[in-house]
Amino acid sequence: MNDFVKKDDTDWPMWEVFVREKTGEPHVHAGNVHAPDAELALQNARDVYARRGGVVSLWVVPSEEITATTPGDEGPFFDPADDKIFRYPQFYKVPKGVKNL
Amino acid sequence: MTKETDAKIRPALFEYVLALGDDRLVLGHRLSEWCGHGPILEEDIALANLSLDCLGQASGLLKLAGELEGAGRSEDDLAYFRDETDFKNFKLVELPRGDFAFTIARQFLFDTYSLLLFEQLQKSRNETLAGISAKSFKEVGYHVRHAAEWMRRLGDGTEESHRRLQDAVDEMWRYTGELFDADESDAALVEAGYAADAAALKPKWEEMVTAVFKDSGIVPPETAYFEGGSRQGQHTEHLGHLLAEMQIVARSFPGAKW
Repeated sequence: MNDFVKKDDTDWPMWEVFVREKTGEPHVHAGNVHAPDAELALQNARDVYARRGGVVSLWVVPSEEITATTPGDEGPFFDPADDKIFRYPQFYKVPKGVKNL
Repeated sequence: MTKETDAKIRPALFEYVLALGDDRLVLGHRLSEWCGHGPILEEDIALANLSLDCLGQASGLLKLAGELEGAGRSEDDLAYFRDETDFKNFKLVELPRGDFAFTIARQFLFDTYSLLLFEQLQKSRNETLAGISAKSFKEVGYHVRHAAEWMRRLGDGTEESHRRLQDAVDEMWRYTGELFDADESDAALVEAGYAADAAALKPKWEEMVTAVFKDSGIVPPETAYFEGGSRQGQHTEHLGHLLAEMQIVARSFPGAKW
C-alpha cells in the first residue's frame, strides 16, 4: 500500500508561514510547511495553522528566500547595543498624557 | 425545524435529509482512513480536516433526519444502528479510498456536486436544513479548491501521476450519473421549496468539471452505462465492510459513553 509515496515526495521545499489574527495587526511567524508551490503552501498553511479559526490573513514565503544572521554574528551585530541604554525608549521620561507608547 | 413543515412532506424530507447525511458520513469515514497514511504530514492533516467537515455535516443532517422522522432516533442511532440496505448514500462515496489520485478525484467530483447542492439548499423552506447548508457551503468551497488544485498538479504532473488520476476518473465516472437523479418524492420536495432540483445542477457541474479536466489534461470518460439505485439501498460490496468497522464499537457496547 502507498507505494506511490516515494522518498522524493518528502523533499518538497519549505515555506515559512505568517499569520495575521486581526485586521491591522502584523503578520506573525507561526511556523513552516512543506509544499511543492505557493498555492499549495497557502492551503497547507491554512490546514495546519488556521484550522482552529481566528485568522484573517496568511502569508507564505519560501524559506530559502530568507536571509538570516548566523550565531557567529551575535557579537558584532547585537552586543554593541547593550551598553547604550539611551537607545531604549524607557530611558526617556514619557510626558504626561501620552498614551499607547 | 420550521414548525409549519407540512406533515405530508415530512416523511419524504426525512428520506431526503437522511440520504444527504449518509453521503457525508460514509465519505467522511473513507477520508478518515487516510489519517496517519497521508503522502506527507501536511496533506494528512488536510484530509483529516476534510473528514471532520464531512462528519460534522453528517451529524447535523442525521440529527435533523431523526427529528423529521419523529420516532426518537438520534444521529448516533441512525449512524450506528442501521444495516447496509438502509443506507442511502451514493455508491461513489463508499468505494475504497484507493490511492491518493483516486481520493482526490472522488473529492473533486463529489465536492463540486456538493457545493452546487448546498448553494441551492441554503434557500430550503426548512430553516435547519438551510442553516446546515449555509455552513456546509463555506466548508465545501474550500474542499473544491483543495481538490481542484491537486487535480491540476496530478494531471499535469509526472507520467505516473497523470496515469493514476486518469485511471481513477475512468473507474469512478459511471458512479457519478445518479448524483443528478431524482424520484417522484424528490420532485414533490423541490416543488414545495424544501429540496434542490438535482437535475438542474448538472450543467453547471459539467462545466466546472470539464474546466478542471482541461487544465489537468484529463480526458472526460465516455460511459454508456451509469450505476444507479443507491438511494433505494443498493450498494457495492464495499459498504458492508465499511459499516462493520464503523459500527462495531457502538454495537458491541450499546449506550457506551466516554
